[in-house]
Amino acid sequence: MTETGTPLPSLADRARSVAAEGTIVGVHFFQQTPVFVLCEEALLFAPPEDKRLVAIHGGAILASAADGSRIVTGGDDGKLIATRRDGTHEVLATDDKKRWVDQVAIGPDGAVAWAAGKVAHVRTGKGEQRDLDLPSTVAGLCFFPKGFRLAIAHYNGATLWFPNAAGAKPDVLEWKGSHLGVTVSPDGKFLVTTMQEQTLHGWRIVDAKHMRMSGYSARVRSLSWTYDGGALATSGSEQLILWPFTGKDGPMGKQPTLLAQSPARCSVVACHPRQPVAAAGFADGSVLLVRLDDGALILAREADGEPVSALGWSAEGQVLAMGTENGSAGVLKL
Amino acid sequence: MNTAPQTEKIPVTVLTGYLGAGKTTLLNRILSEPHGKKYAVIVNEFGEIGIDNELVVNADEEVFEMNNGCICCTVRGDLVRIIDGLMRRKGKFDAIIVETTGLADPAPVAQTFFMDENVGAKTRLDAVVTVADAKWLKDRLKDAPEAKNQIAFADVILLNKTDLVTPGELAEVEARIRAINPYAKLHRTERSKIALDEVLGRNAFDLDRILDIEPEFLTADDGHDHHHDHDHDHGHDHHHHHGGLKHYHDEDMQSISLNTAKPLDPDKFFPWVQDLVATEGKDILRSKGILSFKNDEERFVFQGVHMILDGDHQRKWKDGEARTSRIVFIGRHLPEDKIRKGFESCIA
Repeated sequence: MTETGTPLPSLADRARSVAAEGTIVGVHFFQQTPVFVLCEEALLFAPPEDKRLVAIHGGAILASAADGSRIVTGGDDGKLIATRRDGTHEVLATDDKKRWVDQVAIGPDGAVAWAAGKVAHVRTGKGEQRDLDLPSTVAGLCFFPKGFRLAIAHYNGATLWFPNAAGAKPDVLEWKGSHLGVTVSPDGKFLVTTMQEQTLHGWRIVDAKHMRMSGYSARVRSLSWTYDGGALATSGSEQLILWPFTGKDGPMGKQPTLLAQSPARCSVVACHPRQPVAAAGFADGSVLLVRLDDGALILAREADGEPVSALGWSAEGQVLAMGTENGSAGVLKL
Repeated sequence: MNTAPQTEKIPVTVLTGYLGAGKTTLLNRILSEPHGKKYAVIVNEFGEIGIDNELVVNADEEVFEMNNGCICCTVRGDLVRIIDGLMRRKGKFDAIIVETTGLADPAPVAQTFFMDENVGAKTRLDAVVTVADAKWLKDRLKDAPEAKNQIAFADVILLNKTDLVTPGELAEVEARIRAINPYAKLHRTERSKIALDEVLGRNAFDLDRILDIEPEFLTADDGHDHHHDHDHDHGHDHHHHHGGLKHYHDEDMQSISLNTAKPLDPDKFFPWVQDLVATEGKDILRSKGILSFKNDEERFVFQGVHMILDGDHQRKWKDGEARTSRIVFIGRHLPEDKIRKGFESCIA
């Protein structure tokens, strides 16, 4: 809820509620069907007619990614598992030391990447696998938007890896500290990491020029690029914070846009895939739809004290799925 | 299902000790006793012996310096990630035990619980338990700074393998430990045998439990482990004995205890102590205090690890209770005169 005098327009009572057992740690879509990733063992398929729990992991689910045709998850059982739309699933890889698979990413042409400990792995759609040893544990992993390249966050920076360039030494972007998450701008020009401190670090990839994005009240745990890639929406403060990434300098020397001022801390963000709108979830349970042009707000979920832990849009943006730490989920069709 | 309230934090016990002192034996004892509790165990990747437990996580002991290189803000980044992951299985375990390698400094582990918001919100540091080898500790204190750190940092010390030394050697090594850390609870053990409530559920970092910070010089209890096969080769080294216990001065690690019956001025005390840990925090391993401020009916308590201080009002002073302020610092090469004068200047 925002601290304005008049109540916000609300769509909250139009949301279909879904009860899950345990914390919801992610949400993905198969077309219009939301699939909630639970903290332990299972995916919860939640089409309007019924819901279906599909058990896949023998323990905690630590990471997930999806491309519309499959949801790939990593678990503390050391397994990387792909689940299809019909709920069938296969084990793509098992860590030989049964280390946690806690980073996953889906890339072009059916490629999948994952990490366990200090090793990043990538497997192409054709089944060719490559591995890269990092100096410290992989804490973030993502594919570049174009080309077959990975960004890997770890202590003291990020590594840029072309898995097909055999023998070539990967580029390293250095900045002291613990980098916990990573994203690359949709135009491929900027790389941003979330850090242990309450700050983001960024590099302009062409010249490794540094950008510090700070001022948060907490560690930033959720990042989402706006539909046109012009801004990066972030959690970690008592409002939605958007950093401008237009022009050749990105956010350098610019101020972020602060929207959706709230009494609670923003815990998750998810930008609409087609329009200048972002969904922001807060620690008090509220979810706000934020129009990025003018900051207009619509309430999508009422505050109930259950921290929002997952948000996701269907590919076309007609459906918003919302999940909380306590396992109550909502599906809002727009 | 987890029946504990949501707000209940998972206690975390840190097990330290030099190589071969008996950490893993203690860990296996904790896990195998019929206590009905489930533990998640975080072991180092070079663990010596297998651990028989459902939830075992291998840690890489990766430390890093927060705030771009501040040495006192060294944190175990792997613990941040592991605890994040473990909390996805909350309800499946009652407590967490972190076993460190023999060469590890306990400070980064402890600091992680104060420096990471998420870790601090979901778990609480219960105690640092150090297992020491009665036969070899004396040598390690000379040649291994890590061993000395582990003793200085401890809330509970198991002086283990007491069956392998003479009573004279035992008294000597105890005196060496007390010279470094007179405040830890010291237990003599064989094969790490100890009642589990002596090592678990200690609340050593809980401000509400900072009741007494008197040294334990002469109160080392030998618990249930008497020397059945008594070694009669007593040493006859009776020099410098006071009440049967020798007093040593450790050359680089000491504790400083300060007290006053006069009330302190909070407007002087807080700037002083904050400046002290900012400048000397690298060398101050642990600190604790019970304070009486002027015009304040409540006891103020604090505890600290290097530069990180945590303090709060604890409770009202009781009728007839002596309103004495006491502070203890354990650290390396501490400037005692400077600290003493600084403390005295805080008297209201």
